Amino acid sequence: MNNFSDRKIVMILIIIGVGFIFLLRLFYIQVIDDTYKLDAKNQAFRYTIDYPARGLIYDRNGTLLVYNEAAYDLMVLPKQVKDIDTMDLCNSIGITREQFEKKLSEATAYSRYKPSIFEKQISVETYAVLQEKLYKFNGFFVQSRTLRKYPSEVAAHTLGYIGEVNPEIAKQGYYREGDYIGISGIEKSYEKELRGQRGVRIVMVDVHNREKGSYMNGIYDTLALPGKNLMSTLDAELQAYGELLMQNKKGSVVAIEPSTGEILAAVTSPSYNPNLLVGRDRTKNYGKLLKDTVLVPLFNRALMAYYPPGSTFKLINGLIGQQEGVLRPETRYPCARGYPVMGGRPGCHPHASPLDLSQSVQHSCNSYYCYVFRSIIDNKKYKNTEEGYQAWRDYVMSFGIGRKLNTDLPQELRGMVPSVKYYDKYFGKGSWKSSTIVSLSIGQGELGITPLQMANIMCTIANRGYYYVPHIIKSVAGQTNFRPDFLEKNYTRIDPEHFGTIIDGMEQVVEAGTARVAKIKGMQICGKTGTAQNPHGKDHSLFVCFAPKDNPKIAIAVMVENSGFGATWAAPIASLMLEKYLNDTITRPELEKRMFDGNLITTTIKQ
Amino acid sequence: MREQKSIFQNLDLLLVGLYLALVIMGWLNIYAAVFNEEHSSIFDVNEKYGKQMIWIITAVVLATVILIIDGAFYTTFAYPIYIIGIIALIAVLFFGTDVKGSRSWFRFGEIGIQPAEFAKFTTNLALAKFLSTVNIRISDLKTKVISGIFILLPMVLILLENETGVALVSASFIFVLYREGLSGNILLLGFSMIILFLLALLINKVTLFATVAAVSVIIFIAMKKNGKNLAKLLLGAFIALGTIFSVNFAFDKLEPHQKKRINVFLGKETDKKKAGYNVNQSMIAIGSGGFLGKGYLQGTQTKYDFVPEQSTDFIFCTVGEEWGFVGSLVVISLFVTLLVRIILVAERQRSAFSRIYGYGVASIIFFHLTVNIGMTMGLMPVIGIPLPFFSYGGSSLWAFTVLLFIFIKLDSYRLQVLR
Repeated sequence: MNNFSDRKIVMILIIIGVGFIFLLRLFYIQVIDDTYKLDAKNQAFRYTIDYPARGLIYDRNGTLLVYNEAAYDLMVLPKQVKDIDTMDLCNSIGITREQFEKKLSEATAYSRYKPSIFEKQISVETYAVLQEKLYKFNGFFVQSRTLRKYPSEVAAHTLGYIGEVNPEIAKQGYYREGDYIGISGIEKSYEKELRGQRGVRIVMVDVHNREKGSYMNGIYDTLALPGKNLMSTLDAELQAYGELLMQNKKGSVVAIEPSTGEILAAVTSPSYNPNLLVGRDRTKNYGKLLKDTVLVPLFNRALMAYYPPGSTFKLINGLIGQQEGVLRPETRYPCARGYPVMGGRPGCHPHASPLDLSQSVQHSCNSYYCYVFRSIIDNKKYKNTEEGYQAWRDYVMSFGIGRKLNTDLPQELRGMVPSVKYYDKYFGKGSWKSSTIVSLSIGQGELGITPLQMANIMCTIANRGYYYVPHIIKSVAGQTNFRPDFLEKNYTRIDPEHFGTIIDGMEQVVEAGTARVAKIKGMQICGKTGTAQNPHGKDHSLFVCFAPKDNPKIAIAVMVENSGFGATWAAPIASLMLEKYLNDTITRPELEKRMFDGNLITTTIKQ
Repeated sequence: MREQKSIFQNLDLLLVGLYLALVIMGWLNIYAAVFNEEHSSIFDVNEKYGKQMIWIITAVVLATVILIIDGAFYTTFAYPIYIIGIIALIAVLFFGTDVKGSRSWFRFGEIGIQPAEFAKFTTNLALAKFLSTVNIRISDLKTKVISGIFILLPMVLILLENETGVALVSASFIFVLYREGLSGNILLLGFSMIILFLLALLINKVTLFATVAAVSVIIFIAMKKNGKNLAKLLLGAFIALGTIFSVNFAFDKLEPHQKKRINVFLGKETDKKKAGYNVNQSMIAIGSGGFLGKGYLQGTQTKYDFVPEQSTDFIFCTVGEEWGFVGSLVVISLFVTLLVRIILVAERQRSAFSRIYGYGVASIIFFHLTVNIGMTMGLMPVIGIPLPFFSYGGSSLWAFTVLLFIFIKLDSYRLQVLR
């Protein structure tokens, strides 16, 4: 023994001290600090997403409107790319060497260890060629995706399209960048039903990103649930026929089944082929369509275009007058080629005078409705013009005008019925009278109604006082009660007994009035022509109708822009649509040919 | 003098038990670190764990041979063994195989032998022999110089082999010298110099020196201005100054990867790809283990190669990841128990040789433990030395076995030694 044996204490303390420091450190990084656990998950787990098939869309007769087609994304994992024949790969997918280098460096910049899309949506043919050689291209693999396909190429605006989510939506949670989401039409409004439920598989990977099997035998994995199939209310045949009739014309046709509110056709013209907005060329094609400021093919006229309803609005004024007790079926008013009280303004066309209510509809007398409108507004029971106008406006809006119908299509607009405030601002408070706004009586002036709303008005009249919210989807995965509000009647403020005279008049419009061209043998059609004044060019031709008179099956609104009087273009198109839907045979091939061939776009552009 | 009837008589069973526990735990963790479901037999000698099993069996045979050999052998032949070790270190410089830029391996087909690993016990033997010479005093300059030569000679040779990490192990002998009478101030001084060196790399040198000077003045005043202490204090301050201002020079002498490791350790560089990658991955593996660990063979970070060198230098990650805090606590406790036991056993020796040798064993293992585990949790810069008994590798396991079992033999033999 020497004198320094006490130093063993120092040694032992140092050893225990180091052990203690280690345990403190371990306790901190293993128990207190969670960042390492997160890092470990990020590194060793790969969350593979199983994309479910998007739901299919059928028409009301079971015809397939939208389905999925397999597409393939060529993926790259930059870390694993080595010893490959670059030229061979470039030739296989049809890119240049420079593009290859650029794509690869972009992918590398994103991550060397995570896969990114190298070439989007390669065609089935390219894939077939590539698949044979893929084993030679280290670091490249193919991931299958689905693309939407539209076999009948109709109803582009209604069906809508899908596209990659933008970063803002991706930030909100469910979607990741690169996912597809419905952007317009049914694809948008039924996104939740169509998209299904994504599945997630947790796969363990090693440092070279090689898969090492599922984590915990997959107990945390979820299965992908395919999207729900939808049955649309559209009649694909009618829709296609409508699009054919409207070719080379601007305007729209909306057809609704009055007894349900189901939209049978929603034609917007000019349109586009929905298959253009799919796949690799989507962005390019979308840009082209967007830049077309002459035809504006992306504009959904059926739901978004405002037109003054013209003479078709006389029907509503006739109904309000009766409900207010200021008009009776036998009431007669004179016409002197115009409204005599205001010196023949607004003017009218020649016809017998005076006319009763039913005749006024048949001959579309302007003077008659000036009397009716002013008697409503200036009714003694209201203190002043404002109050009278407000009452009138409430009636009008009960027809679903000037507010959204709350349909299931995303682009729907509310339309325009001027408020008291609007006129106060325009003319000055107290400075406007019924005579100031008398053009509302014949549907001109500041009114703005969409074709969908016009068709809905027809449904309301056909039903004698109520409508169902127009909608485009009939059932979701076989369930019809997905929107209970679609099954409820929405009543107007007009009692049913007031509709008879108006409907009789509408029948006479086709039988012996302004729209004799629309007459079909053996069918009781009730219609009304209209001409919407267009300060920018030729007036818009308008025709609304429903048939048969009793127990109506279909209500239609046709708007043909810049085509003059309602009887020339809109009425024949509506009539042919009726015949197609109700009889399924066309008895007037000359008329049909004239509609098919009519080109109102080139003449408009020439002007 | 009593007769030793069996080689197992007087054997310190606690030390042997701790040795076996650590070796077997090491083996199981090597298996987990390179586990692959396709080759799942732990006895497969084509895999590292199978090879390690063979190393363990041969190590046990080696240990038995050491216990059979007469205890006097090690004392008598300490110098010749040292010389053989030195010759091996020189020979490997000429005939060794290049492995990753260092020339420290003899290759015999599949098997490699690293003389540097064995230099630990040869040096320890020689140093023990020298310091146990009768009437030697460590306070003599001559003793210090000769001890220094014993330690530095193999160290220089290992440095020439480019095995910096292994060479640094020689520094652990300072604890032996301390126990044998080296002034505590020198230990303190060495420790302070390391701290100052690192601080000088981190903060402005003038600020650092001003701080040191201020602290010195405060200490001086606190010591009531004793003139004798002033001289010591001035010397200390002078050494501090020298250390601080020679840092740049010394640092420049380092290899680029060594500089980088130190910078990463100090947090001056963040390099998650290269130098920092290992430590970062190691900490992710350990940290993700949590309190109870992911379960045996369930680790993802080590098994899937995120942690490099996971079966050798970074074997502790597997413990941390799969066994969590609880398992790490067990392993560290076993090591601490082993070290404390070695010191207590060393202190009971009647022979100075055995005691000094024992302290050498404790110091070497302690140094490895501190640097290796400290490195895996970011407390030490990355220095490539194995975790004793745990890490994969025949030379390392054999060397530590020989190192420890010579001591166990010396201890069991202690009653036959005349003082």
